[in-house]
Amino acid sequence: MEMIVSFILAIVSYMLIDNVVLSRFYGICSFIGVGNKVKSAFSMGLAVTFVIMMATLVCYPLYFYVLVPAGIPFLDTLVYILVIASLVQIVGLFIKKYSPALYKSLGIYLPLITTNCAVLGVVQTNSDASLDFLTSLANGLGTSIGFLIVIVLFACMRERINGYNIPKAMKGVPIALITAALMALAFMGFGGMVG
Amino acid sequence: MNSIKRGQHKASFLNGILRENPLLVQVLGLCPALAVTKSLETAFGMGLLFTFVLVSSNVIVSLLRKLIPEEIRTPSYIVVIATFVTIVKMFAEAFLPELYSSLGVFLSLLVVNCIVLGRSEAFAGQNGVLDSFLDGLGNGIGYTWAISLMGLIREILGLGTLTLGKVFSFFGDPLKLPILKSTTLDALGNPTYDYSISIFQNPAGAFIVLGLMLAIMAAISNHKKAVEKAKEKALKLEMAAKAALEGGAK
Repeated sequence: MEMIVSFILAIVSYMLIDNVVLSRFYGICSFIGVGNKVKSAFSMGLAVTFVIMMATLVCYPLYFYVLVPAGIPFLDTLVYILVIASLVQIVGLFIKKYSPALYKSLGIYLPLITTNCAVLGVVQTNSDASLDFLTSLANGLGTSIGFLIVIVLFACMRERINGYNIPKAMKGVPIALITAALMALAFMGFGGMVG
Repeated sequence: MNSIKRGQHKASFLNGILRENPLLVQVLGLCPALAVTKSLETAFGMGLLFTFVLVSSNVIVSLLRKLIPEEIRTPSYIVVIATFVTIVKMFAEAFLPELYSSLGVFLSLLVVNCIVLGRSEAFAGQNGVLDSFLDGLGNGIGYTWAISLMGLIREILGLGTLTLGKVFSFFGDPLKLPILKSTTLDALGNPTYDYSISIFQNPAGAFIVLGLMLAIMAAISNHKKAVEKAKEKALKLEMAAKAALEGGAK
């Protein structure tokens, strides 16, 4: 019971308090780039969730049962990025075969995920901080759901902003960053929720 | 021929510094720019390590550009970049422990930095070694000054003081300069004056500073474009007036 509670608390803390985009700054590029339309933002969020979970599941045993016993833990980044790149390829092929409709909506975002630092960031923090398997899972789950929530909310706001007349110099990325700043302020309100 | 080549070298070097600045004009590499700019020195250190990775990966990719098959281009570039990132990580851990701990995971995340991969894809994969070297150096310097400026703004506004020599601690004790907040304490143990705004040390402050910097860059380039347009328009009017005058004379 206690384990389940701490697992859920860890997910909430990674999802809201230490939000992946607004406080840890992972995946800003895709956040700004794709967070234009709600529909594409949602697809991107789903694809990222999928890849982060797969990468966490694969990289954890790889680090603790292969790299560390072999005495080459310093090669972690190199191994992770190769694992993520091939995972993205495999996931792409798999979805293409079994769910063409999903592939159609995720398709163009899949290759982008390889260079989304949220994936590598999660996997790297798991091994840097030597988290146990359950906390690693919580980190992966919390981070990806946090990413999904924030990118969809952000896209909603940007769809509204695009309809208004704002100063020419602020158009595009600058206003997006200011919007993100206000969101970050709002998310600071979650601080201290999990003791 | 020689002067054309020299011009090209100069362009490869200078483009990245201001006209095609990776952060402020191309808006790439946002994650580290937001995450490591709490203080000037951390940002500058990140810039230096980033420049090293960019220059070395550009050179190696350019050397290997005829050997790497087209289909596995991106994975090969990533392996080259990851190698240099690992080297930099080990170097920083050994010689700059303060910097290593404050950069944290963002040093590893250089592997998926869009600028490094982008320069390999867009430039080093098609150009000679010298040009690629200069391109890497120019882009590195451009990125370094941009994030250092951000670090400077955030540190002064957020902490009120400017600390030098803490990360690069080869020159003895760190120097703490009072700017918006005094370093001397009054009888109650509070600083004698304090005008710092702590929000600039928070994530929200990072977004605000970068957003305003990009807006200023956009305003400058819009202004330049407007001036050019006005000049063109004036020239056209002048030509038209001349033509009309000539027509009238006939």
